[in-house]
Amino acid sequence: MKRRVLYTFLVVALGLFSIFSGAVLGRKSVTLKGSDTMVILGQRWAEDYMKAYPDMIVQVTGGGSGTGIAALINGTTDIAQASRPMKQSEKDKLRDRFNTMGNEIPVAKDGLAVYLNEANSLAELTLAQIKDIYTGKKTNWKEVGGPDAKIILYGRENNSGTYVFFKDNVLKGEDYAPATQTLPGTAAVVNAVSKDKNGIGYGGAAYAKGVKFAAVKKDEKTPGIKPNPETVADGSYPIWRHLNWYTRKKPSGDVKKFVDYVLSKEGQGIVTKVGYFPVN
Amino acid sequence: MTEILPTARIKSGDSSVTIRVASIVKRFRFKEFLIEKFILVNSFAAIIGVILIFLFIFRESLPLFTDSEIQQEASLDKFVTQKEWQPVSDNPRYAFFPLLVGTLKAVGVASLFAIPLSILAAIYTTEFAPRRLREFFKPGVEMLAGIPSVVLGFFALIVMATFLQNMFGYSFRLNAFNAGIALGLAIIPTIYSVSEDALNAVPRALREASLALGASSWQTAYRIVLSVALPGVLAGVILGVARAIGETMIVLMASGNAALVSGSIFDSIRTFSATIAAELAEVVFGSAHYHTLFFIGSVLFAITLLFNILAHLAVGRLQKRLAGK
Repeated sequence: MKRRVLYTFLVVALGLFSIFSGAVLGRKSVTLKGSDTMVILGQRWAEDYMKAYPDMIVQVTGGGSGTGIAALINGTTDIAQASRPMKQSEKDKLRDRFNTMGNEIPVAKDGLAVYLNEANSLAELTLAQIKDIYTGKKTNWKEVGGPDAKIILYGRENNSGTYVFFKDNVLKGEDYAPATQTLPGTAAVVNAVSKDKNGIGYGGAAYAKGVKFAAVKKDEKTPGIKPNPETVADGSYPIWRHLNWYTRKKPSGDVKKFVDYVLSKEGQGIVTKVGYFPVN
Repeated sequence: MTEILPTARIKSGDSSVTIRVASIVKRFRFKEFLIEKFILVNSFAAIIGVILIFLFIFRESLPLFTDSEIQQEASLDKFVTQKEWQPVSDNPRYAFFPLLVGTLKAVGVASLFAIPLSILAAIYTTEFAPRRLREFFKPGVEMLAGIPSVVLGFFALIVMATFLQNMFGYSFRLNAFNAGIALGLAIIPTIYSVSEDALNAVPRALREASLALGASSWQTAYRIVLSVALPGVLAGVILGVARAIGETMIVLMASGNAALVSGSIFDSIRTFSATIAAELAEVVFGSAHYHTLFFIGSVLFAITLLFNILAHLAVGRLQKRLAGK
């Protein structure tokens, strides 16, 4: 009786192992890891690419830009997806380990939208006003031409690429006001602003259920511009960033084939479908 | 390996004589030996696991005390003297005070909400509820413990926050009050369950004696049963509060995570546990920020350990009391 259980177990284990290894060994794989902002994008590319080349496996995981770059440095991923540029310290580590400077491939553009509640009478903000709001210098909507109500700040956690990008490019490196409520994920920020009539938030222009985008003015004189494919692509919308892929060296072989696909017309078409903006 | 079976004492007449009932050489039972050792290893593995985890966490926070380069950015006196929690900055600041205030506020609200509620519920189930209701009540409340905390947190973030804001009309939608109520929901089963067991363990004779002396059933429940079971109830409270201090997902989602220092429970807060959860994933390995997060971890570990020891002592006291010592 016991022996039979043991044999059954062995047969099942062997069977599982052969199926699994057959599936993995018979196909070539490329791994993508990094930015949570880019996970959906990576997955759509992977699905589409694997349909066209059934002998390829593309594995996509998130975890954040820093996690992806760390994996690239440790050699556990082929491509790191990052919504922020690689830091000097990270480049140094890569050079120590692999003797390369890393290879940056911009694969999409992302306009960082400023979200307002739909009931907010305000429609336009200048970059300077947004900076003052997030650094805590302006705390009432009336100071920027809105209703007399306290501004409730929403943002991302400090481990997010979006947090760093907004801090560097909009706050010009200054610290966020301590009253900024940080939430896990852009979806949570959108949700919070949609439910808070005095709320303001920031995040990718791909997420927009239940909130409105503020039209952003570079300064007092220029017109306010909302993020959309044209304004982000031509750079007239002032808050945008590249979404990048990083590889250890110039891509070759399977990785290169995948990179070429992503930069092709089909690949960039998926960028638009997901809600980001093509690079060229 | 020889072993002697227990001997039996038989009283015969006025002198007690010990006779040997059986004395056989037992066979060495290999299987039993293996199983016994296997269980032994398992029970040790759990304890060793805890010790190793603590050593690891503590070791990772050690550079704050030894490494002078790290100390320039973060050290014990900086945790106390600085004013803000701004770890990702050109001028990083790691003040513990805002996080301490946040943690205390959330745990305070949770305690005020959950402790009276669960103790009263436990008294009701053991002392007043009809049998059929009692059988439905206990598993019902304990089912709350089965809800994953991330689900509770999500519920607090999406539904409860709006409901409470409409009710009280405060300006921060996510705040200490909202997070505290959600935390309270998470610790109610712990406090309720332990208190209920303690109340149930009070001997029936005490209740009957009290009623026979003319006390009403509320007087019996409050003056006799509750006061006898008090150490056990206290153990439940301590375990519940310890859980509230360490609980992460709920506060991460429901509290707003803004490290503000204020007296109002309707302001946003950032707790110790949520700070670790939010920041550890992408912190630069080996940086001052990294070691600081591990130091927070050690502090939380120490607090929880202390609370667990206190709860253990309280339960010991209850057992003594019930044994009539």
